[in-house]
Amino acid sequence: MIATLAFYVFAAILLGSATMVVSSRNPVHSVLFLVLAFFNAAGLFILLGAEFLAMILVIVYVGAVMVLFLFVVMMLDIDFNQLREGFQKYAPVGAAVGVVLFGELLLVLSGWQVAPASQALRMSPIPAHITNADAIGRVLYTDYILLFQTAGCILLVAMIGAIVLTLRERQDSRRQKIDLQIARTPASTMQLVNVEIGAGAPASAYLRPLVVEPAEELDTAGTEIGHH
Amino acid sequence: MVVSLAHYLTVAAILLVIGIFGIFLNRKNVIIILMSIELILLAVNINLVAFSASMNDLAGQVMTMFVLTVAAAEAAIGLAIVVVYYRNRGSIQVEDVNLMKG
Repeated sequence: MIATLAFYVFAAILLGSATMVVSSRNPVHSVLFLVLAFFNAAGLFILLGAEFLAMILVIVYVGAVMVLFLFVVMMLDIDFNQLREGFQKYAPVGAAVGVVLFGELLLVLSGWQVAPASQALRMSPIPAHITNADAIGRVLYTDYILLFQTAGCILLVAMIGAIVLTLRERQDSRRQKIDLQIARTPASTMQLVNVEIGAGAPASAYLRPLVVEPAEELDTAGTEIGHH
Repeated sequence: MVVSLAHYLTVAAILLVIGIFGIFLNRKNVIIILMSIELILLAVNINLVAFSASMNDLAGQVMTMFVLTVAAAEAAIGLAIVVVYYRNRGSIQVEDVNLMKG
């Protein structure tokens, strides 16, 4: 009874927040509704007995991917009202496609049943008396090791791709240029000046770069402050 | 009334339709399109886990994990492309994406 009630609550909130994701006026709200949708999908997963996937969904998806979405939405300065032009124009086409697709899916669902022999064709039946994470671990690193390694390679390629795409040489960053430091010579950095005896060093000898004399008013302002 | 496989399949079907509707609705905003793709993949995942629970077979849950992996990679690459595109053009309107047309 409670499981049935929980299913309907989770399903209703999931579908409602999914609708808000696609129809929300503000993309930040869209991302937040997507987070809500993922939380409720995790609830459905728990009802189905897939606790490990539910935790993966919450931790990896909500914790990493959705935060990435939120970063991008907040970082880019976009005129979102401009992006919503044609919202009304495209709605009928989308609704028509959606209705047709949903009708077809309902047709499939209504006339569909499990083949009797399918129980014998199961790849990895769930063993009894062990936890869900334990059961997944037992097949993931044995039967599905090739797919597991491939998934790792896909993540590596995605990581390198994202870094390569967004890396840029900033012009205003003050990075240490070691080659320039090593290539410095005394001739390019030092100048010897002949100073006449008794005359003192001219300003051009110790001011580098040569600055103009400070303005008169600065001097008076300084003395006034000093007197008070 | 007990919750059966068909209930989960119906929820996933509605979610898939909402995702596809979202792609049509927000045709100019590539970020919402990426989010709609996430919704579609979530519908696929719900289907896989529902069948896994119904058939008492772990393969569906393992496949769901791989779908999540690929979806995360796709989101990262997609958002990186969006950021690079915004940096170059100052806009992410889908209709402005015509650099490759020549």
